[in-house]
Amino acid sequence: MTTSPRPGKLSPIDILRLGGYALRARPLRVALSALGIAIGIAAMIAVVGISTSSRAELNRRLDALGTNLLTAGPGSNLFGEAATLPDESVAMIGRIGPVQTVTAIGNLPDAKVYRNDRIPAPQSGGIGAYAVRTNLLTTVGATLASGTWLNEATIEYPAVVLGSRTAQRLGLGAANEDTQIWLGGRWFTVIGILDPVPLVPRLDLGALIGWPAGQRYLNFDGAISSLYIRTDPDAVEAVRGVLARTANPGRPNEVEVSRPSEALAAAAAVDTAFTGLLLGLGAVALLVGGIGVANTMVISVLERRSEIGLRRSLGATRGHIRIQFLGEALLLSVLGGGTGIVLGTGVTAVYATLQAWPTVVPAWAIVGGITATLIIGGVAGLYPAIRAARVAPTEALAAA
Amino acid sequence: MNGSSGPIVTLRAVTREYSGGVVALSDVNLDIENGELLAIVGPSGSGKSTMLNVMGTLDRPSSGQVVVDGFDLADLSDREVSALRAFRIGFVFQQFHLAPGTSALDNVADGLLYTGIGRKERRERAEAALQRVDLGHRLTHRPHELSGGEKQRTAIARAVVREPTLLLADEPTGALDSHSGEGVMRLLLDLNETGTTVVVITHERMVASSLPRQVTMLDGEVVDDRKMAVA
Ligand SMILES: Nc1ncnc2c1ncn2[C@@H]1O[C@H](COP(=O)(O)OP(=O)(O)OP(=O)(O)O)[C@@H](O)[C@H]1O
Ligand SMILES: [Mg+2]
Repeated sequence: MTTSPRPGKLSPIDILRLGGYALRARPLRVALSALGIAIGIAAMIAVVGISTSSRAELNRRLDALGTNLLTAGPGSNLFGEAATLPDESVAMIGRIGPVQTVTAIGNLPDAKVYRNDRIPAPQSGGIGAYAVRTNLLTTVGATLASGTWLNEATIEYPAVVLGSRTAQRLGLGAANEDTQIWLGGRWFTVIGILDPVPLVPRLDLGALIGWPAGQRYLNFDGAISSLYIRTDPDAVEAVRGVLARTANPGRPNEVEVSRPSEALAAAAAVDTAFTGLLLGLGAVALLVGGIGVANTMVISVLERRSEIGLRRSLGATRGHIRIQFLGEALLLSVLGGGTGIVLGTGVTAVYATLQAWPTVVPAWAIVGGITATLIIGGVAGLYPAIRAARVAPTEALAAA
Repeated sequence: MNGSSGPIVTLRAVTREYSGGVVALSDVNLDIENGELLAIVGPSGSGKSTMLNVMGTLDRPSSGQVVVDGFDLADLSDREVSALRAFRIGFVFQQFHLAPGTSALDNVADGLLYTGIGRKERRERAEAALQRVDLGHRLTHRPHELSGGEKQRTAIARAVVREPTLLLADEPTGALDSHSGEGVMRLLLDLNETGTTVVVITHERMVASSLPRQVTMLDGEVVDDRKMAVA
């Protein structure tokens, strides 16, 4: 009795080697057909990478600014008139456990702001004057571009701190003791200029004077127009839930509560439609790339009939031939996919660096890219591989 | 070890009819003993290559029985037939069929690719096989850097690297000048000396008549089979 002969196995390394030889023999064709997949993967990685990087930047900024700032303002009452908040609201809110700081500002709608006293009245430039307390700066997380903030002394005097855009409009580069502006019909000394305040953009176009100074010089009635509240970061929602009732127990529905960081996050999410479009284009490029790989492999099978015949004469089974061509298709598309991942990551890095964002390409995008590449290569290579395996050895040898 | 007697190839009433009605082999009976050296001759289109392919299990007959190295082809699956080729049968073709851009060494090592032997051993044995065909100094040359005779010797090394019991050569000298052709023939004789059964298709009468056995074909039939008395 003789046992029937059993074919040897091809190791994965041998399959890779065979694919590598075949691809190296036709470098231009390989490069062109890998290009489609490279572009598709690169587009998708770049889209995901750039949007993730921009979100990472947003999170970084929000972390720096703190997402634990809440604002409470008087809404309008039943008659559509602007309401005000009761004077006790500051103290009441301050008594809520997780509240760290609370500060109030008041509108001075009649106090127009000019560079000097010779500017005609209508040209006030939309600058708003506010009466503020000394703890506003830390509560909203503002920083000074130059000069100093209001302190217990200057809060009593005609001193003003300008928002960043206010300073620009007035043409003031830096605060200095000799700079005065014409505010509400008298001179105020500019003691400081703020950096932009992302969480409270209205302050950028504001002129901030001390609460008592407003009362003393500008007939400020002391009505609270907005409250800013910093809470324990873990209790933001809890505080938010009780804020309206605490600020105005009599008319909680007249209090508007908001969380400025949410508005920033929402503004950043607006471009999802555009992201979807780019992802769609990437998918089309991938599809075209897959078709390119399939086409290359079909041609390859036709051209290499004599190689197939020879390998069959050397003892290759149909399975050996199939796996060889499938491996070649996979290698080809992985080549494209790998290039695409490198390109996409590069594009993300360049774009993010230019925007001064952190570069973030999520691992799931890379894993997804590799998976997509393997699936494309497998699907594109399957039919040509099956055709290659079906070639009759004698015909294949005669084809030379 | 293979014994020096007993059939390595047996063809019984073998017919091969191609689609389209061409009968390339018609009721062929042939026995080839282990260790034989024989020439197949005959005019073009007489069915020589078809018969060699059937013996080499590359092609299956339309009817009749083919037994190679003790295995009846009808009993074997395509996988098993492939394995039989991988371990027992070597082919040499007129057109060499070397992989372009691949070194002589790797071309020869590919002769062992489907046997399950590891790459290191494949290359070691390939080097030995190339030395055996006097190409020890051409290991890294690629096919386009080799002469015709060297190419065919490389192809022979690829066929013998796995030490087949049966070596089938289809006009191995057909593309070579007479000097290179002689070298290739001498190589085949040497291989036969060491025990390999060698079947050669040739158009050259001189070559054929120098071999111990000549099988003559005509229109798909074996019309003459003569053995010379061993000298
Ligand atoms: N795949 C095929 N399909 C149809 N007919 C074929 C096929 N292969 C060979 N034939 C025919 O079978 C016959 C025998 O062919 P074969 O190749 O065996 O001849 P040969 O003796 O080797 O000739 P040569 O000396 O020219 O190589 C020829 O008539 C040929 O046309
Ligand atoms: Mg022939």
